[in-house]
Amino acid sequence: MDEIQSLIQGFSIALSPFNLMLMVVGVLLGVIIGVLPGLGGANGVAILLPLTFTMPPTSAIILLSCIYWGALFGGAITSILFNIPGEPWSVATTFDGYPMARAGKAGQALAAAFTSSFVGAFVAVILITFLSPVVANFALQFGPPEFFAVYLLTFCAFVGMAKGAAIKTITAMMLGFALASVGLDTVTGQLRLTFGQTELLKGFDFLIAVIGLFGIGEILQTLEEGLAFKGAKARLNLRTVLETWKELPRYWLTSLRSSVVGCFMGVVPGGATPASFMSYGLAKRMSPRGDRFGKGEMEGVVAPETAAHAAGTSALLPMLTLGVPGSPTAAVLLGGLLIWGLQPGPLLFVEQKDFVWGLIASIYLGNVVGLLMVLSAVPLFAAILRIPFSIIAPVILVICAIGAYTVHNAMFDVWLMVIFGVIGYVFKKLDYPFAPLVLALVLGDRAEDAFRQSMLLSQGHLGIFFNNPLVGGITGFALIMLLWPLLSGLKTRS
Amino acid sequence: MEKEPDMHDDPDVSAASRRTLEIAVSIILLVLGTIVLGDSWRIGANWGEDGPQAGYFPFYIGLIICITSLINLFKAFKMHADASFVSRKALGLVLTVLLPTIIYVGMIQWLGIYLASTLFIAAFMWKLGGYGIATIAPVSIGVSALFYIMFEIWFTVPLPKGALEAMLGLA
Repeated sequence: MDEIQSLIQGFSIALSPFNLMLMVVGVLLGVIIGVLPGLGGANGVAILLPLTFTMPPTSAIILLSCIYWGALFGGAITSILFNIPGEPWSVATTFDGYPMARAGKAGQALAAAFTSSFVGAFVAVILITFLSPVVANFALQFGPPEFFAVYLLTFCAFVGMAKGAAIKTITAMMLGFALASVGLDTVTGQLRLTFGQTELLKGFDFLIAVIGLFGIGEILQTLEEGLAFKGAKARLNLRTVLETWKELPRYWLTSLRSSVVGCFMGVVPGGATPASFMSYGLAKRMSPRGDRFGKGEMEGVVAPETAAHAAGTSALLPMLTLGVPGSPTAAVLLGGLLIWGLQPGPLLFVEQKDFVWGLIASIYLGNVVGLLMVLSAVPLFAAILRIPFSIIAPVILVICAIGAYTVHNAMFDVWLMVIFGVIGYVFKKLDYPFAPLVLALVLGDRAEDAFRQSMLLSQGHLGIFFNNPLVGGITGFALIMLLWPLLSGLKTRS
Repeated sequence: MEKEPDMHDDPDVSAASRRTLEIAVSIILLVLGTIVLGDSWRIGANWGEDGPQAGYFPFYIGLIICITSLINLFKAFKMHADASFVSRKALGLVLTVLLPTIIYVGMIQWLGIYLASTLFIAAFMWKLGGYGIATIAPVSIGVSALFYIMFEIWFTVPLPKGALEAMLGLA
């Protein structure tokens, strides 16, 4: 059991007083970020990333990943108390969480949500612990064609899994690739799409895109619904928590099913949001209490929360082992790895053992810290939403501007952030998804490099992507995913 | 943001139809796709002596953008024109935040980020919140001071500064 030994080693790294402090700070910041409108996991981590440039990578990733866990927890608070989903995957939590809160059972709903989140994350991190070394070991044999096939699968999965229009998903994704190709081409040294503008030489930084799209865009979007938040009162004391915990084991089957759905959808990229919906839908269909769903049934909170956290956590598995992030926030963390000078991918497990296992151990610890913190401090976090909009909105906008500036110390980036904000607002309303755009922007260069290297190997023949069963299998699966909307469209028509 | 002249009208009146926006976005993306195609062709989108040229990969990206934008454009033309993209009231609220943000970003260059942020927060609280100077001053100055301590002192990340910081000897 090498994994157990490595994990114990990881715990000894993660348990240093400095790292423990970072965990607490990270979760606290994360919950605040998750609660605030316009700030979520992805852009919260993006804004804070430049502040970690000087930290040791392990401490930096612990801080940032704990912000991610905190934001996942925070999303549930706004969903249940205010009927505002903090993250896309907390949308399904509002279906039963908000009715529960309206019926005076906000405490129970919150306790159930937090505990299920914890369960989902726990199952996912166990999966990461034991599966990721296997996947990484397997991926060590990958060459450029296999890596390109994995990237292809990642992007095709977005098309296959997308809720909205497949064509718009492809358009958004290709826009991301196009933006990624701007600047100096590292292979030939030629300038691409810069049109003589010196600002464009270094290309578009995805951190700016994330801050603009998810931050400014989101604020503009929430604005439409008015300036005030009306929320239910939150009271969460030890008795409510214990009572809820007594009730929760009844839903063990839903928890288990949701964890499985979440883990599966998290490993397959772009899956966190569909995971919560799918898990909610399955629970509604399979539960004996299914007909009461939507009216404030605790099981309806358990299902999406478990799946969302399982998906959010397991999204780190492909990021660590293959260098392919499973969610926008994982994509930002991947960007962090590159900035700290680490090469994401299977070699990480060989060359950076302390980093990988320190991170995995910190996921266990971070979620325990997170659960304790949210259970004990809900009223505090809910109070943040009661700060008047006319104060909180400009402060968030200032934070976004500072975040965008610090990425490269450039004013140009701040302007770019505003432009991305407007794009984000329009795209959101027209159902162009952000996640594929951001992922393409992050992975564009790497995908292109893998493609070029493959083409060099094969002297320009696309047949290399079907050359052996492994690469052929991945490519084939990717193509099925890509054509899935078309196939299912034909099926419903016939 | 100034009050709209026809505020007494029904606030739910549509400011733009969704169809118009769909068409506009598709056309913009089509133009972008064409630019990508053109520039990739310029730097070479073929097979060079030593492998794929610099424009090889982006050329196909541009091509796909053009194709999907055309499909989106075609779909948009077939849409009903009655669905609203944004109501006047909502657009008003969005502009209330967007316009000051643009002015704020413009001011950072001249005033430095701390003074610009203080003024931005103060203006927001005064215009939208209707607060008095007794609340505005401590909040807006306090927030900027906090950011100053955080960035310049704790994390030693320098942010843009203007004449005020120079005068106070902080720059």
